[in-house]
Amino acid sequence: MTSIDTTSSDRTTMSSDISSLDPGHKASGLTASNVACWFGTKKVLEGVNLDMAPGQVTALIGPSGCGKSTFLRTLNRMHELVPSATLAGEILIDGVDIYRGAIPVTDVRRRIGMVFQKPNPFPAMTVAENVLAGLKLSGLKSTRSERDDLIESCLTKAGLWNEVKNRLGDPGRALSGGQQQRLCIARSLAVSPQVLLMDEPCSALDPTSTRRIEQTISEISETITVVIVTHNMQQAQRVSHRCAFFLAAENEPGRIIEEGPTKAIFSNPHDPRTNDYVNGRFG
Amino acid sequence: MLTLEGAEPFIYRTHGALVANSPSVHYCANLMSARGPRKYVVSVVGQSAPSDLAHRSVLDEVVHPVVRRSGVDRIFRSVATSSAVITFILMGLIGGFLLVKGYDALKVAGWGFLTDSEWAPDQGGKFGIAAILPFTIQIAVVALFIAVPVALSTALFITEYAPRKMRRLLTAMIDLLAAVPSLIYGLWGLFFLQPRLITLSKWMADHLGWIPFFHVDDQYGTSLGIFPSSTFVSGVIVSLMVIPICTAVMREVFSQAPPGEREGAMALGGTRWGVVRDVVLPFGRGGIIGGSMLGLGRALGETIAVTLIISPAFTAKWSILDQGSNSIAALIALKFSESSTFGISALMAAGLALFIITLLVNAAASTVVSNSRSGSSTEI
Amino acid sequence: MTMTLNTTLDDSGEDKIDTEERIKIRDIEIVDVIVMTGSAISALALSYFFFQILLPVSGALGFLVCWYVFFNIISTVAIWELRGAVKAKDHLARTFIWTGGMIAVVPLILVLGYVISKGYHSLRPQFFTQDQKFVGALSDATEGGGAHAIIGTLEQVGIASLISVPLGITTAVYLNEVKGRLTKPLRMIIDAMSAVPSIVAGLFIYAAWILALGNQQTGLAGSLALAVLFLPTVTRTSEVVLRLVPGGLREASLALGGTEWRTTSRVVLPTAKSGLVTAVILGVARVIGETAPLILTVGGAFVMNANPLSGKQDALPYFVFRLIRFPQEAQVQRAWTGALVLVILVLVLFVIARAIGGRGPDNISRLKKRRLKRKGLA
Repeated sequence: MTSIDTTSSDRTTMSSDISSLDPGHKASGLTASNVACWFGTKKVLEGVNLDMAPGQVTALIGPSGCGKSTFLRTLNRMHELVPSATLAGEILIDGVDIYRGAIPVTDVRRRIGMVFQKPNPFPAMTVAENVLAGLKLSGLKSTRSERDDLIESCLTKAGLWNEVKNRLGDPGRALSGGQQQRLCIARSLAVSPQVLLMDEPCSALDPTSTRRIEQTISEISETITVVIVTHNMQQAQRVSHRCAFFLAAENEPGRIIEEGPTKAIFSNPHDPRTNDYVNGRFG
Repeated sequence: MLTLEGAEPFIYRTHGALVANSPSVHYCANLMSARGPRKYVVSVVGQSAPSDLAHRSVLDEVVHPVVRRSGVDRIFRSVATSSAVITFILMGLIGGFLLVKGYDALKVAGWGFLTDSEWAPDQGGKFGIAAILPFTIQIAVVALFIAVPVALSTALFITEYAPRKMRRLLTAMIDLLAAVPSLIYGLWGLFFLQPRLITLSKWMADHLGWIPFFHVDDQYGTSLGIFPSSTFVSGVIVSLMVIPICTAVMREVFSQAPPGEREGAMALGGTRWGVVRDVVLPFGRGGIIGGSMLGLGRALGETIAVTLIISPAFTAKWSILDQGSNSIAALIALKFSESSTFGISALMAAGLALFIITLLVNAAASTVVSNSRSGSSTEI
Repeated sequence: MTMTLNTTLDDSGEDKIDTEERIKIRDIEIVDVIVMTGSAISALALSYFFFQILLPVSGALGFLVCWYVFFNIISTVAIWELRGAVKAKDHLARTFIWTGGMIAVVPLILVLGYVISKGYHSLRPQFFTQDQKFVGALSDATEGGGAHAIIGTLEQVGIASLISVPLGITTAVYLNEVKGRLTKPLRMIIDAMSAVPSIVAGLFIYAAWILALGNQQTGLAGSLALAVLFLPTVTRTSEVVLRLVPGGLREASLALGGTEWRTTSRVVLPTAKSGLVTAVILGVARVIGETAPLILTVGGAFVMNANPLSGKQDALPYFVFRLIRFPQEAQVQRAWTGALVLVILVLVLFVIARAIGGRGPDNISRLKKRRLKRKGLA
């Protein structure tokens, strides 16, 4: 593993000023090596090795219950929130282990953002407050104009600005499902993450909203590494640069069967099981 | 979505409109057609979504009148109904009796019941709750001042902070705290806590005396002797009985804070306190208020512990630290044996006042809880 | 299509389970531990300095409070400097919430410990067999006993339960299973009546049963007062328990052609059984310690009266309440013994309720298993 100088990112975590969130920052690469996960004594994932290159969109595909969501949650330490959940292996962001002490867990989660399957805006907050929630939670100070700029830029990036610019004071729950999900994306972007994890972000949305979110993903992927779990083969083809196919046999932990450039996975897979899956023969 | 096997048209019509917009209900019932006792199965089958309660109740109304009932069922229903009627009558009688008896005394006392401080109904004198009601409220407020912060942090501790094993143990201990009889708290308060607490009372009187509540008349000096049997001491002991009640409601509400929002806050880099502040507390606000008010209701009605601690006073005062306090419940316990029939009526009136206040507080508590976002599924 | 995985892969996976080292996740980071230890020690030194040298007061509690305040200030400032405001607030909230959680438990331990330490030396077996007939205020605390009070309490609570439990549960069945015109007003009145302060319940029985109807103060009067308190509680808690039975179970039973009676008696009540029993036992545990309504109704006695229908009777809480206010040391001592017995009764009921409550409805009792086995079903 190449070890990269981490002083710049450390500066970000130590300083408590919004200006430290450099908008032109570089995306970070994530590397998982030999990751295994358990719920209690049940092993759900093993031997996962995956490189998620900076500035690229990696799609995790596979049938339900093959461990791809679990894997995604290990990438920003959400997995450990489940009682009895344990894991082994190594996950590195820019060469630094996220589990073994070098970075505090809250900073891991701020640098590696996450968008969930179900939109989860904070209902007690307005649209604008929702966008700024991450700043409040991680204690970043900002001036009023900085905040206004941030709200506008994040909502624009998430493709929501035009729809809500006159409704910033409405509660987050007043928006439609698709808008709520984009609000959640804007909320994640506001703390300038280097990686954004998305757990089936479009599974509960209509086609138009899905389209919008896919656009957003391609726009942000220049500056942010995106890892997305999806059940939708077309979506994986549309948005991702690379693909990893997960599969779990009955009563076996999930594994990566095949991993590579999206084009190759879909047009010329090595493994017959991948071929069957991407062509919709099971799953 | 709606399967009716050999149903009569009128049933189908009745249900058709209802079921159309709700695919979420599984409902099977034995129906009887208008013509005779034939068995029909009405089932509404859809995707497995959580059951739609509003819809259920409409269906219940429509289906129940035509449900075929065997003889056993009729007996079953009449037994259940008659015990409901008995309970209803019993409860109604008690409320009615209190009202009627209390009214006898209220008629005599008139508005004086609210403005008189002394309590001498049998000596033909005046009687009123102008002193004991403020005392009652003071004790309850002192109790809440201690109980609410403790209950709040205990509830947060149980739901958010405590390690798994400790959580179970602590829940059991809080339940046990609720099960210990108030008499025992009274005894402990009288013999163990009071002698220690009055040092604190003295310290507060010496250093915080400029606050009206803590002011103690100088003519006695501030010797320890004037601090026992005070509002403050009784309030502290009552708080012990209030803590488990408040904790139970708050814990219940906090544990229902949506996991999605919790994870959302965590994923933004929130600390545990950040999650509590931005997700759990806003979600549980109704529970916090409702739980506290429920505790208030309990504190107002507490009898034995207060009776053991206080030395009865009949002049309202601001100060809570020095000797002399009272409460409606303690008044009843202390005065009933020396009261005539009319004196009992007067006590009834006081009891009625206490009952009504408790009732209002409880009603407000349940309204607050059920109107809040967290409350719809919380039982208080 | 069914998938078959490469078997060589499987074997290597099996071997790995034991060799892979799982990541240990720390709840608190090392920095925090160091800061907190440091703060604890320096707070100790500082509060010693302040408390023993500067302030002319002493006492363990004051010292502890002083230490706690210093500890919080020092550790918060240190974490603020090292890791920023957010971490400092998180730390402060954590200490406060831990403290609050502990504070809630301390009185329980103190109360139980105090009652045990006060009551145990004069607890003799004869406390359960003798009354106070031959005991004067100046006799030794170990003489005589509280059998009359224990019998009284058991009878009063027993009768109150006999009245309230069946009535309460059938009323709950009405509210939740049968439903009818009375449902709404009944629920309202029960909610209201569960707000009756216990002393008012006693006052009601005293005024209605004793003064108006001309009955004596008896154990029965006490039972009635307890029943007034117990009935709404039983009804409410049973209703909550019944409501937890999934609606699908009822519908399944009805769909199988079961009558309402069979649905309730064979499906709903058995499912809710352990919850109901727990609710009832916890209710009994609360009622058994009720003192206020008994003061007005049972009359109190120093001799055994096993007949609840006539003559004054004693009750354990009332026994304690009366004796504790005597000036004689021996009487007070007897009251403490009574208090200990009362606490033990409550504890036993509480433990039983917990044990039953922990069992789900799918947990078939040993007795039932044996019965099923005999029928050849299991």
